[in-house]
Amino acid sequence: MSEIREVIINNDRLATDEYLVNMGPQHPSTHGVLRLLVRLEGEKVLNIQPHSGYIHSGIEKMCEAITYPQIIHLTDRMDYLSAHMNNEAVALCVENALQVEVPDRVKYIRTIMDELARLASHQLWWCVFGMDLGALTTFFYGLRDREHILDIFEETCGARMTVSYNTPGGLMFDIHPNFQKRVKDFIKYFRTKLPEYDKLLSGNVILKERTEGIGHLSLSDAIAYGVTGPSGRASGFSCDIRKHLPYSAYPFVKFNEILDLRCDTYARYEVRIKEMYESLNIIEQLIDNIPEGDYAVKMKGVLKLPEGEFYQRVETARGELGVFIVSDGKKNPYRVKFRSPGFSNLFALNKMTKGHKIADLVAIMSTLDLIIPDIDR
Amino acid sequence: MTNEELQSYLTGRFPEAELKLGAQYVEMTVTAENLHETALQLKGSEETAFDYVFCLTGVDYAENMGIIYHLESIKHRHSMVLKVRTADRVNPSIDTVSDVWITAKYHEREAYDLLGIHFNNHTDLRRLFLEDGWGFPLRKDYVDEIRIVER
Repeated sequence: MSEIREVIINNDRLATDEYLVNMGPQHPSTHGVLRLLVRLEGEKVLNIQPHSGYIHSGIEKMCEAITYPQIIHLTDRMDYLSAHMNNEAVALCVENALQVEVPDRVKYIRTIMDELARLASHQLWWCVFGMDLGALTTFFYGLRDREHILDIFEETCGARMTVSYNTPGGLMFDIHPNFQKRVKDFIKYFRTKLPEYDKLLSGNVILKERTEGIGHLSLSDAIAYGVTGPSGRASGFSCDIRKHLPYSAYPFVKFNEILDLRCDTYARYEVRIKEMYESLNIIEQLIDNIPEGDYAVKMKGVLKLPEGEFYQRVETARGELGVFIVSDGKKNPYRVKFRSPGFSNLFALNKMTKGHKIADLVAIMSTLDLIIPDIDR
Repeated sequence: MTNEELQSYLTGRFPEAELKLGAQYVEMTVTAENLHETALQLKGSEETAFDYVFCLTGVDYAENMGIIYHLESIKHRHSMVLKVRTADRVNPSIDTVSDVWITAKYHEREAYDLLGIHFNNHTDLRRLFLEDGWGFPLRKDYVDEIRIVER
């Protein structure tokens, strides 16, 4: 007994001990194979070192050996929840390089698909975020609604997630005859379900306690670390490519860029919820006005980009995706670089979690909405 | 500033640099010695204020390595491309800009990992995706022994 007493009395040594804990690569809250080396003092996080590369697939190297239309199919596998936007980025980059103007019909369909993909991605994020914080019900609500979008994708694209619906010059095939009706039905349905998300989680006391004032990322840090997408906009970083460098049908629609100046985990949560409403608005403006016309322009059998460098920026569900192609005039690119949003967002994690509890680390990581293949590529 | 204004401004500001107006961006090529100083000025100067690096790419050209920085100013909403070439291709090295733009720290680690470009004064230059002892896969002379990519 006396020994234990002694230990308790001299407990300064116990209190100052630092732990080095390995979180991942198979931790459920990393949503993929990401390893975080966390330095802890008690429950307080002192430092985080992300170790990635567990699913590095060498997409950039593979691109050097294949043709441009083939690259599109690889990009599905990067950020699999924004597969359509990834496809579109490559397609736009190739079209700009070849100076091909796609028909308005293609632009409209692409934008509708983009927003459907964004909705599906945010729905999955929302249900997983609730689950990370211990609210399992959200998982069923989110996935129930996401099924409707995946069914629409399946009917038109033939795939639920790795859609590969774009091709340089347009789309692989025209939309399914049911497409417009199903999308309109979905909007009607989801307009009644989205307020449920707020009712279920947004005002919850436990959620607010665990997110408000947690994981502060200032505007200057967001810019310095290159944190884009909803995570960046929750720090007041106006980084929406759809607004600043509009592509496809975004110039034709009215929508708001959701900004929040609270910079914390709750702000990142709310920005995504509000973005879902904006996505519904965008789809509503377009779905009845899809112009008649071809779904693709006739392209050459073998696409050769002129010599030079081409860059295309698009807004995926996670932030800014950049496709950089260096061409030497052959049918394969000389070098392809994907600037993935998750990559830059991940490395701001250390800045945001410093001094918080380890349970907050899970909440903060969840609002960054990391997709690991997007980081590792 | 528009691209044309930016080009004329940069020509006056950096007379030694080589400037070109590309289809999308103003492209400025600087020598390896001037890189760090140029980066500091591009970020610090009130007129340019390039505070956001949205892409950093390493490219293996046949005779040397190139690094391409895509910069944007959030205040002025203009973008440009900064380019630099290393002197050597086998053991390339270049000054880091991670003290100017924090996000470059991780993009530089990626370039080091995949292309073997050494960034001087980088505080944490470790491999990012691959194991130590792996080659540099994005180099053009990389031998794909287990035929992962080329069949």
